[in-house]
Amino acid sequence: MRRTVFPHKLLPWLLLAPQLAITLIFFYWPAAQAFRQSVLREDPFGLSSTFVGLANFRKVLNDPAYLNAAQVTVVFSLLVAFFAMTIALFLAVQVEKIVRGKGFYRTLMIWPYAVAPAIAGMLWLFMFNPSFGTLAWPLRQLGIAWNPLLDGEQAMALVVAAATWKQISYNFLFFVAGLQAIPKSLLEAAAIDGASRRHAFWTIVFPLLTPTTFFLLVVNTVYALFDTFGIIHAVTSGGPGRSTETLVYKVYNDGFVNLIMGDSAAQSVILMVIVIALTAFQFRFIEKRVHYG
Amino acid sequence: MDNGATSPLAARGAARLTAHFWMILGVIIVAFPVYYVFIASTHSVQTILRPPLPLLPGSEGYENYRGAFSGEIDRIGGVSLWRLLGNTTLIAMGIALGKIAISMASAYAIVFFKFPLRMACFWLIFITLMLPVEVRIQPTYKVMVDLGLIDTYAGLILPLIASATATLLFRQFFMTIPDELLEAARVDGAGPWRFFKDILWPLSLTNVAAIFVIQFIYGWTQYLWPLLVTNSNEMNTIVIALKKMISFADADTPWNLVMVTSVLAILPPILVVVLMQRWFVKGLVETEK
Repeated sequence: MRRTVFPHKLLPWLLLAPQLAITLIFFYWPAAQAFRQSVLREDPFGLSSTFVGLANFRKVLNDPAYLNAAQVTVVFSLLVAFFAMTIALFLAVQVEKIVRGKGFYRTLMIWPYAVAPAIAGMLWLFMFNPSFGTLAWPLRQLGIAWNPLLDGEQAMALVVAAATWKQISYNFLFFVAGLQAIPKSLLEAAAIDGASRRHAFWTIVFPLLTPTTFFLLVVNTVYALFDTFGIIHAVTSGGPGRSTETLVYKVYNDGFVNLIMGDSAAQSVILMVIVIALTAFQFRFIEKRVHYG
Repeated sequence: MDNGATSPLAARGAARLTAHFWMILGVIIVAFPVYYVFIASTHSVQTILRPPLPLLPGSEGYENYRGAFSGEIDRIGGVSLWRLLGNTTLIAMGIALGKIAISMASAYAIVFFKFPLRMACFWLIFITLMLPVEVRIQPTYKVMVDLGLIDTYAGLILPLIASATATLLFRQFFMTIPDELLEAARVDGAGPWRFFKDILWPLSLTNVAAIFVIQFIYGWTQYLWPLLVTNSNEMNTIVIALKKMISFADADTPWNLVMVTSVLAILPPILVVVLMQRWFVKGLVETEK
């Protein structure tokens, strides 16, 4: 709290008014509606609704299609987070060894950040299009029956590749910042003691990067859960046969395309709980980092 | 100790060379899709449909771009390329500037004034972090319908300008402003507006630039939101228009025009990020922490 402040009483409310109005109308009201609808069931004509308690949740959690979406989401998120972080860390370590040309590499590395997820998906689909994609062509020559539009695993591989590609830039910038914060004297001391580079990396650099790695793990999970909707919508539409249908895609499909309100609202509430848990985890963790880091 | 077969200097040089090798490989993977779509935009449909595509620009570039800008996109997408670029620029600018304006105002109120429920307001804004559009699609859509905001610029921009992260960042920054500065300004008779305009705003410029880059990209790359709140082709963003073009894909899809549109959808945000790189990196690393 500051010692000196302006004495006005009305002015701060006027300054806050636009932001508060937008959050109340477009955030809190719909979120409250999602909670309300999640415990109601509408009749087929949408004229009346009855209170059904947790029945919608029970129905959703017993629905094989929902469990499938949950499983797809876990696999997809783990693969994207793992590849996007591993590749970015490897490249960040390489770029730190370079003296001249760092800026040049960084400039080229940040491109994908500016590409919309949906377009990232379209680019990868274009390169790997089964009938005319330039990179699908060698796969065919090798005798691989490449068709991500029909084969579920190949479709998953394609959306994972596009989602990973887009996220490498972001992780790269954070790992570079993390590496630069490690005192050079530690590494020099290790070198004098005769530690190999590899040994020094795993015993000194990697442990000191833990805060960055954990932070990125949360961010990448949130990214894979929510921001990749565009990739999936543009490339596979959840298919073939639900093999790439994630939780967010399913909420969209049930609530907006198929108009099953109660189920969709229950799914929204479940997703909200996931976001709250992730955000709480992230802030608790960052709190710790402020104290010890 | 090794017996001096390789001097430390030579070892370091070799390590650097390997590092360059990996970085070049990394950059090729990262930049290739963007380069490839640019190459494709300079070839004819026939060349694109006959793999593998040449790795160098073709001779149809001028024709493709001229065609795309003078009516060919209207024919396949029902809306001109100019209109798509205009819509997307307007939305991205509206979101970026809107976020900066309202989150700066909120942070200013929370840091430089004392009033009841001050911290409650702060938390109210903060908690929106946990309510992304993706988790409340259907009810939010209903609000938009009830307010008559479907197919309007206001509908595309307004709901997206609330920003917990930008408010947090400005609040953090404003709290580092020394009390003495405010005291001195008040002794000189400066009110809230003068203090903001003459002292706080000039000090905030780097932060504003950083947030602008991040939010411009955020606005330009929106997908789910425009998908929900627009029906008419006239209101499409370039990203949504592209998705529509390829979902009606058949043998007749003019892929060369799709490629031109892709390049134009990718280029503006890439230019913003590359040209404003210094602020972008600062903004990214600071807003997200």
